[in-house]
Amino acid sequence: MSKEANVLFDAPGPRAQARNRVLTVVSAIAVLGVVAALIWRLADKGQFEGELWSPFIEWQVWDNLILPGLWNTLRAAALASVLALLFGAVFGLARLSDHWWIRIPAGAVVEFFRAIPLLILIFLAFFLPNKISPVIAESPFGQFQRLSVEYFFSIFGVEINAGTITVPAFAAVVFGLVMYNGSVLAEVVRAGVLSVPKGQAEAAYSIGLRKNGVMRLVLLPQAVTAMMPAIVSQLVVLLKDTALGFIIAYAELLQAGFKQIPPNYHNNLIQAGLVVAVIYIAINMALSRLATLLERRSRRSRKSAATTMGTGTGAPPAPGMAATSSATGASA
Amino acid sequence: MSQLSELFDFGPFFDNFDLILEGFWATVRLSAASAVLSLVIGTVLVSFRVSPVPVLRAVGAAYVNVLRNTPLTLVLLMCALGLNDTLALKFSDDPGTTYYWWAVTGLSAYTGAFVCEALRSGINTVPLGQAEAARSIGLTFFQSLRMIILPQAFRAVIAPLGSILIAMIKNTTVAAAASYAETATVMKDLLDLPTFNSGAIPLFIGVAIGFMLLTLPTGFFFGWLAKRMAVAR
Repeated sequence: MSKEANVLFDAPGPRAQARNRVLTVVSAIAVLGVVAALIWRLADKGQFEGELWSPFIEWQVWDNLILPGLWNTLRAAALASVLALLFGAVFGLARLSDHWWIRIPAGAVVEFFRAIPLLILIFLAFFLPNKISPVIAESPFGQFQRLSVEYFFSIFGVEINAGTITVPAFAAVVFGLVMYNGSVLAEVVRAGVLSVPKGQAEAAYSIGLRKNGVMRLVLLPQAVTAMMPAIVSQLVVLLKDTALGFIIAYAELLQAGFKQIPPNYHNNLIQAGLVVAVIYIAINMALSRLATLLERRSRRSRKSAATTMGTGTGAPPAPGMAATSSATGASA
Repeated sequence: MSQLSELFDFGPFFDNFDLILEGFWATVRLSAASAVLSLVIGTVLVSFRVSPVPVLRAVGAAYVNVLRNTPLTLVLLMCALGLNDTLALKFSDDPGTTYYWWAVTGLSAYTGAFVCEALRSGINTVPLGQAEAARSIGLTFFQSLRMIILPQAFRAVIAPLGSILIAMIKNTTVAAAASYAETATVMKDLLDLPTFNSGAIPLFIGVAIGFMLLTLPTGFFFGWLAKRMAVAR
């Protein structure tokens, strides 16, 4: 970047090169200064004591706490991903329906769940059934409630005891993740289908395909290729958001690593936080790398100038900020 | 059926209305401060990431990769428990004030990474020919930045910045984990009361409407602004 012209900087001449070298040295010193200050502060508070770090080289700690936590994180993320993709496909296509009585309710559901914070949705699933089920149990719907829990919701671990429903933290986290990320994915699907050039649908209709065939055989296969990077970045968001289970005491990676370890090992909060962060960053960067690979592949396999899901040039759709990908998708 | 109407009794909700409003006020205060600070952090970061100095570029890229791939819950917990409590880096001796500023810092540090990426892709939407034309008519670096590049880049990032702002407003609820009392904390405290049984549905409706009042107009405003300011190319 530094050797050639770009939008901001012309190719540097001898004076600019000299100036850049000075800036490099100055900024390197400044960065080292900040790092040194941080290390000094950590050492001052005795954060480099061996006993604070040693738990993380004991197999027992990994076996009993971190790995089960990681397993719970991945389990919740996997189930929520599958259900959210399903939710997104159904509602995204429903929003494209020709019938207003399908399109408008689907749009309302998607917009509602996108406007509410994920944590509030998790609270909704975790606290609400427990609070309202005793009242419903007394009403004519009591029998229906009991049967629906026993025959359907029990597969998610929901229990009913003398009319009071208890939702396990796992189910609450999955519910929140599915509703929120499913709504965002619905927007991704809708934008993906809309990004296929109009001529494709027109050509498909003209050779006699019906609505179903046009969508299934022509639009969706092309849309899925364009949507792939956006979908994977949304799944990174989903994986990160499982950490919200911490707040309702779901035993995921953050809960296991940051809540369970420190009280047992000399209150090593900073060390535990760093180890957990490294695990999250490794998983997410692997997933993001996958998104980049998929994007490159889909760009190569499409001969026509396809509109990508991102803002065009520049960075791939930012994984992380959920609404970003949907908004850039909507403008596609 | 008379019992079911109990579920929609808004009495308990309005009995605690002051508390809930206080929670929303805390959410708004956190959002406003974080919006400003994250814009500042994002701008500084993007100036690092596009600078001709390799060290600064590496620092910017590392920061964005770390913060973007760490769960916000962990970022805020590290701020409140790690930096504030363990390292005793306090903004003030008053716990309310110091936890508020740590929540602002954590949320802005996290959001700043996304702001940086949005701004960077905004700069990338400006065609190289624009910069070349500016240089060829003799504009200096700052003149071309001020008159040619930034006006176009800024217009392109309005919509993404709006989405980031909305996501940030929703993310303020995560500060509940980091000892800052806002809407989600108030809600959890109310739901933990054994006496607060019949008010649960109205409470959810109220909180949902509250957040929709914050996020939906923001979305409409930025959508309108982005369309109005769009660069015709």
